[in-house]
Amino acid sequence: MTNRNDPPKNRFVGWLMGEENPLDDELELIVSTSQQEGRDVLSLEEAERQEEAEELRREKLAIDEKSQSVRIHSWAKHQGAHWLETLYRIAAVVLCGAIIFFLMTTVVALPPFGAENNPYNNEVSQRYIEQGIPETGAVNFVAGMILDYRAFDTFGESTVLFVASCGVIFLLKLNDHSSGKPSRAMLEAEYDDRHHEPKNDGILQFAAKLLTPVILLFGFYIVLNGHLSPGGGFSGGAVMGAGLILYLTAFGFEDTRRFFTYKMTRWISCLPLLCYAGMKSYSFFTGANHIPGGVPLGTPGAILSSGFILPLNICVGFIVMCTMYTFYALFRKGGM
Amino acid sequence: MAFVQNVPFLCIMVSMVSAVISSMVPARIARWWTVFLSALVAALNVWLLTFLLQTNESYTYMMGHFPAPWGNELRVGILEALMTIVFSITILASALGGMDKQQSQISRPKQNLFSVMLDLILAGMISMLYTNDLFTGYVFIEIMTLASCVLIMARQNGRTMVSATRYMIMSLLGSGLITIAITITYSLTGHLLMENIHESMAALHASGEYEVPITVVVGLFFVGIGIKSALFPFHTWLADAYSYSTPSASSILSSVVSKTYIFLLIKILYRTIGFEIIQENRVLQIMFVFGIVAMMAGSIDAIGSNDLRRMCAFSSVAQIGYIYAGMGLKLEAGFVAALYHMLVHSLAKSSMFIAASALSDVSGDSKRFSDLRGAGYRHKMAGVCFSVSAMSIVGIPPLGGFISKLYFGQAAFAYGGAHQWIMLLALAVSSLLNVLYFMRTVITLYRPPRSDFQLPEHRPSRRADIAMCMMTAANLLAGFLAQPIVDLISRGLAMFV
Repeated sequence: MTNRNDPPKNRFVGWLMGEENPLDDELELIVSTSQQEGRDVLSLEEAERQEEAEELRREKLAIDEKSQSVRIHSWAKHQGAHWLETLYRIAAVVLCGAIIFFLMTTVVALPPFGAENNPYNNEVSQRYIEQGIPETGAVNFVAGMILDYRAFDTFGESTVLFVASCGVIFLLKLNDHSSGKPSRAMLEAEYDDRHHEPKNDGILQFAAKLLTPVILLFGFYIVLNGHLSPGGGFSGGAVMGAGLILYLTAFGFEDTRRFFTYKMTRWISCLPLLCYAGMKSYSFFTGANHIPGGVPLGTPGAILSSGFILPLNICVGFIVMCTMYTFYALFRKGGM
Repeated sequence: MAFVQNVPFLCIMVSMVSAVISSMVPARIARWWTVFLSALVAALNVWLLTFLLQTNESYTYMMGHFPAPWGNELRVGILEALMTIVFSITILASALGGMDKQQSQISRPKQNLFSVMLDLILAGMISMLYTNDLFTGYVFIEIMTLASCVLIMARQNGRTMVSATRYMIMSLLGSGLITIAITITYSLTGHLLMENIHESMAALHASGEYEVPITVVVGLFFVGIGIKSALFPFHTWLADAYSYSTPSASSILSSVVSKTYIFLLIKILYRTIGFEIIQENRVLQIMFVFGIVAMMAGSIDAIGSNDLRRMCAFSSVAQIGYIYAGMGLKLEAGFVAALYHMLVHSLAKSSMFIAASALSDVSGDSKRFSDLRGAGYRHKMAGVCFSVSAMSIVGIPPLGGFISKLYFGQAAFAYGGAHQWIMLLALAVSSLLNVLYFMRTVITLYRPPRSDFQLPEHRPSRRADIAMCMMTAANLLAGFLAQPIVDLISRGLAMFV
């Protein structure tokens, strides 16, 4: 038996035993992450100095990598890449053409748009139109459909907005340092924001001062009248979000933070979702167990009518508003 | 109506509400709540399953005061309950097993958002399994897609960012195709409810109308869900996503998320469009071919990788191939085999990913085979669990993987013709390839370490040990109880139509 630490001669045996292939190290660059730690606690100058050193190291690595890759990939880089590129383009064109052809064939074969005897003119839409007002109390059929007949789907949709805003927070939110002071990334973001965004633009501020209250009020009007006229939580919420964004663009974060902080945004997007879940759980449970719901529908056309639809619209409106505002603030500065 | 019939609704609402609340509470509570929640869901569904076995019939559950074609509806059967139990146990084990890793790998203020995503994946899984409405299915596909993206990028480094972006693009393409398919289905049938679509489809099929759009619909559903569940040519996002993300993420993505999508596809093919129409459809031939190619290509990629978790990821591609190939046989037996394989693979892969992360912990946080030598001695429990799961996937007799391969073979024999030989040959070759890379791994784990190796400092995770033992035990159980489980699946599938 040979010394077990000698690399076996046979390549297959070597692979089976988990030996290293000498090429692996050249192909995969292993970047150590140890340098990243502890960056946040340094002062700005110190960090800058470290960054320069890091940059030098990176440059050296890049030169190494380049010479290696030239050695390994010279054929693939030139002729091979050219061939592959041509092939790729031809394949892409053919594939897109085929997909367009098949989808167009399908569209042509579908029932003609808007014809009277189309399959979707059936008992489902008939009941929505004929029974919609007596059953849901909403003059706006669409609101009755999405918030009463198919409220579960709409709950899912509102949750999609919630997940999306959580995802953006996860990705972009810059954190305070553990000591409670703002971290370096936050300071940098603050500086960038001051540098690149309009500051004290008179025209913008004047317009925003006039328009923001009107926009917010109009958005809220759309939300409140969701069961009476076209609109509802989704569109009204988008309008309210746009109003907040306009204010933020004109006056910056410091002014906006006086009445709309990060914590508040979180609360305003979570509480309505919980209210939605609560109200709808009640009506799902009673509906499925054939217990009368007991929610008065009111007179159709009155502002206080149509049971849960009005509060649900308000909930959805707040969720949409907060999601829009969160997206804007986080993409702009990584915080609020 | 018995109270137990409310269980699916309760599970969905409770997990969605806990997701919202988890975003506002400290991370520690959120983490433990996820574990408790998935245990609760599993327990409630066991209760539901016993009820369903007594009554022996499926029922529909109205979500609101309006009956089915107008309102939303859930449909509850044996198969759905069984799947929910297994998947929620898998989520439980993954959340528990990766708990310590979450704390060290995810930045502290964002840890509770990770639990939010786990809760939402649980909610999405239950809703997608129980829904009786295509559009509801789509809404929860959206939730799951976004949540899985966050799971991938939760451990923020360059690789996960790139793979999360890749996953996002691919996955949204898949969602787009599914939306187009739902739109076409709606304009052909005028319904979104699965049973009504099935009736209209049967009528259309009998009259021979709209043959092209129906074929295109099947194709779009297949490709859309194929992309999301990482079927072979659409799997490019998978390797980095599974190997660089935090262990609970990779375990949940491989064993719950992709399987739930496939279950939805089975529901669409088997119940919505209808088994009779499917059997005459050429699209399933393509599914069969893709499945066979995936069985080979995934295994070959796994052999070529030098990184433990990457190898597990490619092995998932091969196993997904088995499932699609089984479905492509267009036989009930093929669907039963595919469903059983889904269960077994989900149990085996989750314990494998947790064990893999434990093994790389005792090897200086490296996943490379050269550093993993002797890791089986350094962490005995992880070594044993990994080996047992590997044996199950390879198909060593008393374990689950063997039984599912047996059922695939039987389904192929029942089909006959050229398919039979292709399937059997593919099973044989793919099993051989599986043996090759898992044998290599196990040998590496039990070789003496390099002479210059020093045991690095690490903190053993008792929770990971418990989780992987649990999943390995479940895997053994799935092998020993194969016959009853397959009977349950057949009964559930019979209830499906």
